[in-house]
Amino acid sequence: MPNFIDRRLNPKDKSLGNRQRFLKRAREELKRVIKEQVKSDRIIDVDAAHGVPMPTDGASEPTFQPSRGSGERDYVLPGNKEFSAGDRLPKPEAGGGGGGKGRPGRGESDDDFQFILSREEVLDLFFEDLELPDMVKLNLKETVTFKPRRAGFATAGTPTNINVGRTMRNSFGRRMALHRPKEKELTAITDEIALLEAAPEPTAKDRQRLKELRSELERIEKKRRRIPYVDPVDIRFNRFEQQPLPNANAVMFCLMDVSASMGEREKDLAKRFFVLLHLFLKRRYERIDIVFIRHTDEAHEVDEQTFFYSTQSGGTIVSTALEEMLRIIEDRYPSQIWNIYAAQASDGDNIIGDSEHCAALLREKLTKLCQYYAYVEIIDERETEIFGSTDNGTALWRAYRTVDGEKTNFQMTRIAKPADIYPVFRRLFARQPATRTRK
Amino acid sequence: MARRATSGLLFQGSDWNFATLSRTYDAIETIALEEMGLSIYPNQLEIITSEQMLDAYSSVGMPLMYQHWSFGKRFAYEEHHYRKGHRGLAYELVINSNPCITYLMEENTMAMQALVTAHAAFGHNHFFKNNYLFRQWTDAGAILSYMDFAKKYVMKCEERHGTAAVEAILDSAHALMDQGVFRYRRPPRLSSEKVRERARERLEYEEQTYSDLWRTLPQVAENRDPADAERDASERKKVLNLPEENLLYFLEKHSLILEPWQRELLRIVRVIAQYFSPQRQTKVMNEGCATFVHYTIINRLYDQGRIGEGHMLELLQSHSNVVFQPDFDDRRYPGINPYALGFAMMQDIQRIATEPTAEDRDWFPSFAGNGDWMETLRDAWANHRDESFILQYLSPAVMRKFRLFQLSDRSSDRFVEVASIHNERGYSAVRTALANSYDVAANQPDIQVMDVDLLGDRQLRLQHNVKHGILLDEGSRDATMRHIRHLWGYEVSLAGVDVQTGRTVYECSTAKAAD
Repeated sequence: MPNFIDRRLNPKDKSLGNRQRFLKRAREELKRVIKEQVKSDRIIDVDAAHGVPMPTDGASEPTFQPSRGSGERDYVLPGNKEFSAGDRLPKPEAGGGGGGKGRPGRGESDDDFQFILSREEVLDLFFEDLELPDMVKLNLKETVTFKPRRAGFATAGTPTNINVGRTMRNSFGRRMALHRPKEKELTAITDEIALLEAAPEPTAKDRQRLKELRSELERIEKKRRRIPYVDPVDIRFNRFEQQPLPNANAVMFCLMDVSASMGEREKDLAKRFFVLLHLFLKRRYERIDIVFIRHTDEAHEVDEQTFFYSTQSGGTIVSTALEEMLRIIEDRYPSQIWNIYAAQASDGDNIIGDSEHCAALLREKLTKLCQYYAYVEIIDERETEIFGSTDNGTALWRAYRTVDGEKTNFQMTRIAKPADIYPVFRRLFARQPATRTRK
Repeated sequence: MARRATSGLLFQGSDWNFATLSRTYDAIETIALEEMGLSIYPNQLEIITSEQMLDAYSSVGMPLMYQHWSFGKRFAYEEHHYRKGHRGLAYELVINSNPCITYLMEENTMAMQALVTAHAAFGHNHFFKNNYLFRQWTDAGAILSYMDFAKKYVMKCEERHGTAAVEAILDSAHALMDQGVFRYRRPPRLSSEKVRERARERLEYEEQTYSDLWRTLPQVAENRDPADAERDASERKKVLNLPEENLLYFLEKHSLILEPWQRELLRIVRVIAQYFSPQRQTKVMNEGCATFVHYTIINRLYDQGRIGEGHMLELLQSHSNVVFQPDFDDRRYPGINPYALGFAMMQDIQRIATEPTAEDRDWFPSFAGNGDWMETLRDAWANHRDESFILQYLSPAVMRKFRLFQLSDRSSDRFVEVASIHNERGYSAVRTALANSYDVAANQPDIQVMDVDLLGDRQLRLQHNVKHGILLDEGSRDATMRHIRHLWGYEVSLAGVDVQTGRTVYECSTAKAAD
């Protein structure tokens, strides 16, 4: 009889530590790959597991290896069909010399080897240079929030959840039904016994009575022992159910200037800005629609692909985008039903005279409809010195500044690098979830 | 023959439970021990899930292993192929230890569990216990406790010196794993915990009492004649036991910069490399032996009426998958399948021992027709490794069956030549060539420590004995040299010397590579 051991219930993920070490080692390369992928992915896909090619830098394990193209070798191969001794076969031109013919290549080609990073790991890498506070990262990674909700009673549970009222009611009913002698009866009898015993000269009748009382006392005590005051069958516990928090619908508007002045770098930054907002919304809302509005001197609703990848020539009139957004809200997303979020990215260019119109639109209409309106102006890295967060800047910037002062749900910032994005969302993240969700 | 004997079928249906596993094990054990005369370590069979099997894969099949990123890389790799369905997982995994641990996959059908038990718990187990290489070079009784020690020790070092520092040493040590094996000299047995502890304490003591004063003692007079220098050199080589083939051992003992815990890490890597070296030298035999054993046992069980026909078909199908050998021009050709070659050779030995042809009597006079095939096989299993086994036992019949042919490839030519094929004139050449290709020592670059000038520039001089003009791949060579330099602390040079002509083919050094 051998020794059988069932290991199936042993702790899983024995290799997890090794995997993390490996990821740490390949971090730089993985970060680059993830960045590329985020650039090309759809916004809603960022938040998922990604396959990445096996990193080569930092993950190589060199050993002394014979080189392919030198020396004399003999191979023995199976399955000869037509060769006889002395036959000469031309070597394959490319590749590892004659060995390529029969020798197994060292491992298969690793080109198609994708290895899967979990959602968690992807977000870690994505967040890395956004410089988010840890609390926020944690919030974004958390998937669905549950809230324990009272749901009746249970016969099993932890002592802290005992429902005393319910338990005592059960106990009372049981005691009544089983005629458990009351404390009062017991004390009455013991008092009487004490009285009789204290009598100096007990009569025969007294003695008889005392005997009866004693046996009665014994019966009562026995019965009280048999029927306890609180029995395990009486105990009830409060029962809780984990209920997912009610989530409402949200719509996210992405507004972007696509005129020629928005280059590759600007669009990349804008995309990260949109992704971050989307991640935030996804945490709070069950269903999120995304509307992409791009504008030059006229605005259109487009799909994501067009939004990020096709350029359009023309001037820049920002208010067209705001008007388009208003129109879509009226059409499809009534603000009583939808939580509306908007994120606008631009390089600050606008046609003369339009900026005031934009500010007015925002002040009068949009900020009243929206939960949150975030505006980023993407500037050149060299310009950061000049425009700190001062009031001067483009006409659009100055106009928006006036709104910024008035409305709490409007935020604006200038960004030149990924780390600048976060502040515009700061107020959004600071708020407790579910305080302003409208159903 | 006890045909249709006592109890009927061992199991029905494809589900297994511990009762059927145990009943089947007992039936297999009876055949293995009494009829085949196998001698085994006590068995320990462990049921695991596919995830645990992947885990075991990536820690080179050991139940305990220290943590290192390269195992994470391997895990990601294996997992990818498994999830994509490129390759299935092994049905079992067996560890050369005492008691012999065999992992059985939970997904296996009962019939597969029977096959796997016979294959691993008896076939491999017998081989581990009896083969001379394993007996000489590994210590099955001590390996598990050693791995436990190694894992804890690495963890302790990480706590004390930081993960990065430990990782750097292990990276370098892993690069030299192939050169960290004694091939000719018996390595010291794994000492008990106590002895190791004492050795460590001594090292630490030496370190504490190191006195810089010794260095200031007056040097020997400067002007020495060349004869003296030569004598010094040979003296030095004698003291350091040079030349030394085991680079890890040399660095562990003589490196100038390593601290005691770093030396201990090198030792751990070296011990593991040494433990696995017999397995690399006996792939064909080990798998052949296990396959032959399971095939024989399963057939016996069927003859006894203890396995149903349906199950027998299932087993035969998976058996023939295991011993399938695609031709060289087949897209699936991965090299010669050790299961196929080993199994075919062992079956052939059985045939030669019982029904030899005239050719067999010519080739194998010592055992042709001796009738006792089991004894002949046990003897072969005990006393050979792949190279010598093929050299002695590969018969013309098997060569014809596999249609083996030999290609010779000179890098200077634009063609490869068919040197010999499976015919009368070619048999011995093919056999010798095949045997050579299984000689691990001959196929790995032979690199040795030649000299080290401890009083001078402290350069470590390595020599690569170039055989058949096969050089080293330069990229990986330089990277590996950097690892050696990291462990040695000073410059390292490598000279390639052709074994036949004694001419130096190339020279390189970490000092030059850095320029």
